[in-house]
Amino acid sequence: MNAIHFFAQHHEEILELTLEHLWLVGISTLLAVLIGIPLGILSAHWPVWNKPVLGSANVIQTIPSLALFGFLLPVPWIGARADRLAILALTLYALLPVIRNTYTGIRGVDPSVVEAGRGMGLTGRQLLFQVELPLAVSVILSGVRVAVVVSVGLATIAAAIGAGGLGEFIFRGLAMVNNQLILAGAIPAAILALSADFSLGWLERRLQPQ
Amino acid sequence: MEPNSTNGAVIEFRDVDYALPNGQPLLRGLNLQVRRGETLVLLGRSGSGKTTSLKLINRLLKPRGGEVRVDGADTAKSDVIRLRRSIGYVIQDIGLFPHLTVARNIGLIPRIEGWSSDRIDARVAELLQLVGLDGDVVSRYPHQLSGGQRQRVGVARALAADPAILLMDEPFGALDALTRDQLQREFLSLQRRLNKTVVFVTHDLREALRLASRIALMEAGRLVTVLSPQDFLRSSDPLAAAYLQAFGEGLNSVATRGTE
Repeated sequence: MNAIHFFAQHHEEILELTLEHLWLVGISTLLAVLIGIPLGILSAHWPVWNKPVLGSANVIQTIPSLALFGFLLPVPWIGARADRLAILALTLYALLPVIRNTYTGIRGVDPSVVEAGRGMGLTGRQLLFQVELPLAVSVILSGVRVAVVVSVGLATIAAAIGAGGLGEFIFRGLAMVNNQLILAGAIPAAILALSADFSLGWLERRLQPQ
Repeated sequence: MEPNSTNGAVIEFRDVDYALPNGQPLLRGLNLQVRRGETLVLLGRSGSGKTTSLKLINRLLKPRGGEVRVDGADTAKSDVIRLRRSIGYVIQDIGLFPHLTVARNIGLIPRIEGWSSDRIDARVAELLQLVGLDGDVVSRYPHQLSGGQRQRVGVARALAADPAILLMDEPFGALDALTRDQLQREFLSLQRRLNKTVVFVTHDLREALRLASRIALMEAGRLVTVLSPQDFLRSSDPLAAAYLQAFGEGLNSVATRGTE
């Protein structure tokens, strides 16, 4: 069939854009994890931070993605390059599930376990790293999984501002009314999302405390 | 360890008040001394302030007024982490770490304190034997144990760093009657060997009479009276009498301690 023919012909470009896509998603997820987990811990331990932190993350989530790209365009340094802009936008979107699940995971640790730990003389840091985080890890990971899956989809829109990725094919296909081009972007993106979902889901189950 | 204070009290409450952050008082004017090597049972119904008193000792709660002294030192001025590590703590829900094996649960504080792994292994084995558990439970996780086994591990964990003081908050409350009876018996024989200073919270008069050297009866945030089990049975105090009536006949045979 000519679809197979098309994929064979464009395999180099597909691979290149897939790698670009992975890079956008990977960096933004990493940043979201590095920022979101501490914020989640903060709001779980100090309830005053709960509303402002989760509230802002919620608000960001409601901004339409194209509009967010537009808003970030005038920001110095960030707006100067399309990939920076895309990574920042994706990071902002990925924050909510990471923060929320970190919060939920830590709040979900059995209070008697935390009290026993405190009563035994664990410091706050020891309690966090040896008890709370290990027990919350699978919940946190499921937030990361949601973030990754959503980011893979959202990152296709980054092509609209010239940040590359599999969205290139989709936008080109839309402009040329060429379904094969759209599928050349959509199918690898779907495969990426599914494999991320599967592998992180597997990891999540492995790390699930009994 | 510091020398004990002048009157021989290991733990001392001096005019201690405690209130919730919203101002609701839970404990008023508590004066109480716990002597070295005794088992002091805090007896009272829920809301009487017994658990609050217990948590004031290891500073999980801070007094609003007065002071709590452990080994002669005001706990407000002590290093709270050092204080807690010098006091074993057992609660009704046990609070075993579900992601750690029995060995790691018991060995957690020794490991943090930098013991060698050989020494920790030896200590874990010693403690398991002490609380009457087979050595092969070391690699199991808490969810793989029965309620009685979990509570024994909880006691072993509290004893890991060999604290001189043990705080126990209704440790046998959630167990079935047979297991509870067995663990109470084991507690008595353990206590004869180890001679820890124990503060034990319960609402069960039978348990109090059986385990206590002295019973501190609490009601509505106040200490009503402190009596030996023998004196408790003969007490004319209306609250003590109410307890005796509620728990019925046959209590005389339960009180085995405090006759010295």
